Amino acid sequence: MSLRAAARAYPALLRAGFAGAVAYRAEFLIWMFSTNMPLIMLALWAAVARSGPVGGYTQRGFAAYYLSTLLVRLLTGSWVVWELTMEIRQGVLALRLLRPLHPLIAYSAENLAAVPLRGIVAIPVVSILLWTARGQLGHDPLLWLMLLPALLGAWLLTFLVMALIGTLALYVESAASLFEAWLGVSAVLSGYLVPLDLFPQAVQRIALALPFRFLLSFPVELMLGKHGRGESFALLGAQWLYVAFALLATNLVWRAGLRRYSAYGG
Amino acid sequence: MRRALSIVRAQLRASMALGLQYRLEFLVEGGLAVLWMAVTLIPLLVVFGTRQAVEGWTFPEMLLVLGWFVALKGVLEGAVSPSLTAVIEHVRKGTLDFVLLKPADAQLLVSVAKLEPWRIVDLLGAGLIFAYAFSRLGRAPTAGEVLAAGAMLLGALLVLYSIAILVVSIAFFAVRVDNLLYLFQSVFDVARWPSTIFRGFLAVLFTYVLPLALMTTYPALALLGRLRAGTALGALAGAIAFAAFARVLWSLSIRRYTSASS
Repeated sequence: MSLRAAARAYPALLRAGFAGAVAYRAEFLIWMFSTNMPLIMLALWAAVARSGPVGGYTQRGFAAYYLSTLLVRLLTGSWVVWELTMEIRQGVLALRLLRPLHPLIAYSAENLAAVPLRGIVAIPVVSILLWTARGQLGHDPLLWLMLLPALLGAWLLTFLVMALIGTLALYVESAASLFEAWLGVSAVLSGYLVPLDLFPQAVQRIALALPFRFLLSFPVELMLGKHGRGESFALLGAQWLYVAFALLATNLVWRAGLRRYSAYGG
Repeated sequence: MRRALSIVRAQLRASMALGLQYRLEFLVEGGLAVLWMAVTLIPLLVVFGTRQAVEGWTFPEMLLVLGWFVALKGVLEGAVSPSLTAVIEHVRKGTLDFVLLKPADAQLLVSVAKLEPWRIVDLLGAGLIFAYAFSRLGRAPTAGEVLAAGAMLLGALLVLYSIAILVVSIAFFAVRVDNLLYLFQSVFDVARWPSTIFRGFLAVLFTYVLPLALMTTYPALALLGRLRAGTALGALAGAIAFAAFARVLWSLSIRRYTSASS
């Protein structure tokens, strides 16, 4: 399989994926609605901030933070790990391997094709964000421009980690549980539940060095204008370094895993 | 009635035996349950690092609410959801016929069809949270308070189960609703905070329409001895009415079931 062939096939794959997402739109909406944790956390912090700001966050500050978090989560979501572990277990992966296209590229097209529909779901979130907490957002247009590669990086990193852990299903049975564990740690260290700068110093230092931050917190920080231009560029570079590393690791694990794969079914 | 009880006992034993076959899974899933409990606790630790009380709730008091949340979530995801997901699968494949043919109440049969025994870890965790909260409060609950909390817990379980039955009833009208059950599980996450945290529209929604916040708040208030008798009785009556409504809707929708297999 050459990369050029994949690039030629990609637009068609995206169209097919989009059509699939539209066909199951009700189901799709329900999945989107179940992403409600940022709002639950917002309810708690809004109640806390009623008696005065917490660590620099006012009530509006929290609203801006958690609505941005919800937005980033909606836009960068992916589900490849569930599909991959199931298809490996049931042997359906054999069908995908027969096609002249790398299965991970096909999965990525399916997941990416849902982004426009996710964007539509996100429109009310953006409106509420602009309506309630406009003053809390960053003002530098360059940072907003950097949000695009940062979101793409976050999506890629999310997808690749899912693909990597999903591929582990070729080796171990409990890959889905492993991903659950990743989700739990990630909820804390990516800023999904609590803004990272509210953690004690020691925890913060760990959280800022690990990849979790680049899945979610970093694009949110850009939207809130928390860093200057120079620092933002450095962080973007770090994010894409993690992306490159995840790509390499996924590739290695995939290749080694396929050599062990021996299902005929499907 | 005695027959129903013996059916429940037999079903529970069978599903327990089925669940216990997978011992490694028991360990893995038990470990995950502990991890998620820690994740649930962390936001509270951060909040109470900056405040003494939130909306009149101190740290140990809020821990009581969280303890009930962990316990109820364990019941929901360990006993209610797995069984009812199986019903949806039955409806989709048309195999519900086999359940309906059995000489017992179908709702009873499907409600105890599947268990995930490792969720017992959640109940143990909730017990630990209670023990710690009361040691922080510096007192033990009286027998009356425990009794009242138990009654409130029964009401909460009834409502939780009824909502799940309502969701499953939808399966007879719209085919793909397994993610509707998932949606309910994620909406249930609001029950981790006391109901007074919510303001405005959300307060109305989670008190009267989907009484989720009350499910954990009332038992916690009962343990603290702050729940008024009138409120408690009202909540119980509401729970029973809700269960009756769910039962009626279940009977109505099962009449619509036309087998897909034969």
